[in-house]
Amino acid sequence: MEIVVYIAASLASGVIAGMGMGGGTILIPALTLFAALGQHAAQGVNLISFLPASIVALIVHIKAKRVDVRRCIPLIIGGVLGAVGGALLALWLEQDWLRRCFGGFLLVLSVLQFTMGEKAHKKKKEGQENQESPEERETREARDGQG
Amino acid sequence: MDKRSWLRKGLVGLVTGFFNGMFGSGGGMVAVFALEKYLAVDTQRAHATALAIMLPLSAVSLVVYVLQAAVPWEPLPFVAPALVLGSFFGAKLLPRINPLWLNRIFSGLMLAAAVRLLFWK
Repeated sequence: MEIVVYIAASLASGVIAGMGMGGGTILIPALTLFAALGQHAAQGVNLISFLPASIVALIVHIKAKRVDVRRCIPLIIGGVLGAVGGALLALWLEQDWLRRCFGGFLLVLSVLQFTMGEKAHKKKKEGQENQESPEERETREARDGQG
Repeated sequence: MDKRSWLRKGLVGLVTGFFNGMFGSGGGMVAVFALEKYLAVDTQRAHATALAIMLPLSAVSLVVYVLQAAVPWEPLPFVAPALVLGSFFGAKLLPRINPLWLNRIFSGLMLAAAVRLLFWK
């Protein structure tokens, strides 16, 4: 039974990850809620199973020259320190507390994700509205003479 | 690169790494948000950069988890291939889906999971 949950949760999270959204934020709660995995274990599973996917994605981005590795160095130096600190804190916390903190983190992320999406949509819509339609251009050119 | 921008970048990295290590996920979303807001990187490059830095950060956190024996190995043979298969379909489906509603559904799912976890028992 667990195996079916593992596969279903991972398929669904994979679809979300493939669409460029955070697959792990779905996989972890699915594993703890439906497969009865502990919070630490679910987080560990997520960290390890997204490694192959991120290697592939990274190669694609570097080849397409969308990533400047040298400019990422300060981000990575700070990030490695944070990554060790965060992992140690997570493992030090008890299961129940970590799960609650994770719930709070998800809550903030969901609000952030929602507002960023709505904003991006609004911006795109405004951009389209600001573009001149052919009729508008005709009337403007007629009004301005030569055009 | 001047000293101040080094410091800013280092701080954005620190926060991203911390959340990703603490919660084993979500670092990419934190990174995209912070890169756009505090380092004025455009959306597409922010996504690519987030991915680039998530790889080393996740690997480092993973080493800590493995050393502390926090990773169960039994689910992996089922989880990893299903994730790859799912992400293949996700990438194929993406152009056919309304991004606004996709974002709304995804945010809603996260919200539901958050509420369930916060009020567990």
